[in-house]
Amino acid sequence: MKNLKYIAIALITIMTCISCSKDDADDNTEVEENPMEDFSLLKEFDYDEHTLEVYSENNTQFEIGYTPLYMRIKDKVSEKYVENADLSLKPMMHMENMMHSSPVSPVVATDNPTVYTGYVVFQMPGNATEYWDITFNYSLNGTEFSKTERIDVVAPADGLKRVNTFMGTDETRYVLAYVGPVAPQVALNDMTAVLHKMETMMEFPVVEGYTVEIDPRMPGMGNHSSPNNVDLSYNGQTQMYAGKLSLSMTGYWKINMKLVDDEGAVLKGEDVTDENPESSLYFEIEF
Amino acid sequence: MKTYNNGLGLPVACRSLMLLLCVVVAVPVLQAQEQQLDSLPAFPVHLDEVVLIGNAKKLKHQTGQKPLATLDEYLEGAQKVTMIKRGAYAWEPALNNMTSERLVVTIDGMQIFGACTDKMDPVTSYVDVSNLAEAQIQSSQQGAQFGNTIGGGINLSLQKNTFENKGLSATIENAFETNNNLRVVGADVGFESKRFYANGDILYRKADNYYAGGGEEVEFSQYEKYNASLQTGYKLAEGKKLLASLIYDEAKDVGYPALPMDVSLARAVIASVSLEQDSLLSMFGDWETKLYYNTIKHVMDDTQRPNVPIHMDMPGWSETAGMYSQAKYAASKHVFTLKVDGYYNRSYAEMTMYPNNPNEPNMFMLTWPDVRTWNTGLYLEDVVSFKNDQSLLFSTRLGVHRNHIADDFGFNSLTIFYPELERSQTRLLKSISGEYKKSFNVFEVAFGAAYGERAPSVSEGYGFYLFNSYDGFDYLGDPNLSTEASMETHAAISYKEKQVELKLEANYFHLPNYIIGKVVPEFAPMTIGANGVKVYTNLDYAQIFNTSLQAQWRPFNRLVLKARVSWHRGTDNKGENLPLISPLAYKTSVAYSRNGYSGTVSVNGNATQEHFNPAYGEKQTDAYNVVSATFGKRFFVAGNSLYAKAGIENIFDTNYTTFNDWNNIPQMGRNMFVTLSYSIN
Repeated sequence: MKNLKYIAIALITIMTCISCSKDDADDNTEVEENPMEDFSLLKEFDYDEHTLEVYSENNTQFEIGYTPLYMRIKDKVSEKYVENADLSLKPMMHMENMMHSSPVSPVVATDNPTVYTGYVVFQMPGNATEYWDITFNYSLNGTEFSKTERIDVVAPADGLKRVNTFMGTDETRYVLAYVGPVAPQVALNDMTAVLHKMETMMEFPVVEGYTVEIDPRMPGMGNHSSPNNVDLSYNGQTQMYAGKLSLSMTGYWKINMKLVDDEGAVLKGEDVTDENPESSLYFEIEF
Repeated sequence: MKTYNNGLGLPVACRSLMLLLCVVVAVPVLQAQEQQLDSLPAFPVHLDEVVLIGNAKKLKHQTGQKPLATLDEYLEGAQKVTMIKRGAYAWEPALNNMTSERLVVTIDGMQIFGACTDKMDPVTSYVDVSNLAEAQIQSSQQGAQFGNTIGGGINLSLQKNTFENKGLSATIENAFETNNNLRVVGADVGFESKRFYANGDILYRKADNYYAGGGEEVEFSQYEKYNASLQTGYKLAEGKKLLASLIYDEAKDVGYPALPMDVSLARAVIASVSLEQDSLLSMFGDWETKLYYNTIKHVMDDTQRPNVPIHMDMPGWSETAGMYSQAKYAASKHVFTLKVDGYYNRSYAEMTMYPNNPNEPNMFMLTWPDVRTWNTGLYLEDVVSFKNDQSLLFSTRLGVHRNHIADDFGFNSLTIFYPELERSQTRLLKSISGEYKKSFNVFEVAFGAAYGERAPSVSEGYGFYLFNSYDGFDYLGDPNLSTEASMETHAAISYKEKQVELKLEANYFHLPNYIIGKVVPEFAPMTIGANGVKVYTNLDYAQIFNTSLQAQWRPFNRLVLKARVSWHRGTDNKGENLPLISPLAYKTSVAYSRNGYSGTVSVNGNATQEHFNPAYGEKQTDAYNVVSATFGKRFFVAGNSLYAKAGIENIFDTNYTTFNDWNNIPQMGRNMFVTLSYSIN
């Protein structure tokens, strides 16, 4: 009986030590983290007093389609990343005989005030004779900067269509780009897209209040659809279109779409039927 | 899928006969065990039925089944059981016109669940006659001793020895059938002493395609199967023994002509250890405690099929561990049986589709999302005997049944349909039944009533796009299904004297929350060419009625005439017909035996199927009858027993299909068989 008591005490002591050391280990991991640790550095521009870093969360290069960018400005003097830089972006495509811009969002600070984010929708890749650049406007220590940097925009390696540039039946040119799900699942996914119209060659404002009807199909398997999809509608808060995308298995899916304006007129896209296996407006995903 | 072979008739029969002769000549030392099978001891005590299967030692010389028949054929010989056929192999038993999910099918009390989402591997396909002693068939809640059930229970009890000092014994068995070139080879070696026994057996079956009546080859009806088992026992003390059992069963290259896919592998390992004691705490008797484990792997395969729109792999796994402990307690007029049991099952099945465009990634889904089922129950039975040949049987079971979706991928898949889906669900399952019986001289009456419940099966609760080739719909499970219930009542009256026995019986099931697939038009099917999607749904109720009349006449000792006619009806709450309900059916036989010779002639048939339902893919089946005959002889060779039996099934090569033939595939035409078994004691 006595032995049992000692064994119990010993056990408790050991257990306590184990749990203590575990706690210690946890504490030690709380070092200051690099907020960009999980991001890829696409470009780093080195200027006299500062550097400008451009990151992507999912890509290692600039790709066509919806491209969220993360930016930081480092003051070389203070060795600190700058807050309140009032950053904005202006992308530009230099074609052989013309120039045009692209949809672009305002730039805002993330939860970390030294990390700024905004998106660009590149409609096309660059090539030998045509290229993209981005003009970064920002202020640093009271000075306004405007830096234009040439970038390489490429088509995605998987060749899948994630951006549509088209003329609607209302004679307006639109850009519809796939935002997410970034990692689709066999589930009811939250689906997001952005819709801009081309007002001029330089202005691509967000279109509000339309509907993007979706009809995901698997062409590789009898072009079957999936249940319980929810069409994308405009969310004023995020300024994006959100709905539900149902994917009943992994594989290649073609998300057929119809763009419908606020009066119910179909601007682009057709119903999928036995005779018409796909809409002219679609995204492609694979997982 | 089926081709017409007009060369059949004579040539194949001749070829087969020659092969038969070869078998007989080439294996002169061949022997075997006298297998006597068949039917129940007259009319059984309760409404249960026992089909004796393999154990030569226990069996009287009876005519009837062919030895080395498949377990499926034995079960088909049972009065209340019908077999749903998707080919020549792995028939699915139905009892009271209810199938797997409404029955509790156990192997020596062990729970085991098929791993195929399309019911291509009923539990009964994972054992063979060489493993078994008998099949106990209990109607309605009388099957509740083995688990939660609606329609009843089928328990396949394994062979066991009795610690007699017999030493070594061996049996060799061989059979051949002409229609599908079925070859069966089996061997059994046993050692038995007063303290220890060990019994090992192997059985191998291989069949080619069979031919329907008229010579139509039924393509993809071949199969190959191995079964091996080892049963051992050790007597710890007088009235106390330890038993262990291991079964390995593997079927390969199994064709399913009624389905769009075949099976490349169906494998089961079934193991158990049990302790049996004649008494416990000087109060209880027949104490038995068993621990068991079984694991099944099932792989569907469409690579042999021509014109497959998309190639797919569909493997499934089912793993079950469980235990039970039961004892009896006798007190004056009462005999109580007390049982606690529990099992844990995991069912996982997946589907990979290979697109014709090689640049596209494979398509993958989980058809069973790793469902973990935990079921534990308490069963109590009391048989009370009164004066004047009256008795009362009372039984009750209380079970707790929990399902849990363990796989995230599968859970997320189901949230497409059930956004509020919860991972786990627990149900309380209740069963209660009573039966009264009284004898008056040559008459006996029995009547009873029962209530029981069951949880939805894995497919009914969690199945994800399971294609049913019968009605051509993709099926989806519903995790929020209500527990299905059964209110059953039955009555029987029998007359029995020396030469004549008669029995009339009927049962009626009212089934609240009956689970069946209902079309949901807004869902599109996944399978290419499917008609739509059905979701498992609770009907308000369904009802099933079964009645039968059996007669037996023994004008003199060596001759027995038997006849049975049965009628069945199943409808849903709107009066629509339920699927797979038998039309008027009959079985008749004449058996004669003398001096080791035995012979039977039997005629089985159905009337035209009046009640069928095209909404479940059913087509009306015509009336048919099939005539068969067998002849057997037992010899003694050097003090050992040689038993030979031969017969012809479907003598007139009738082309027929029955209500429970999946997609109305035609059944086997004329078939001749010969079996030899030789046992050395």
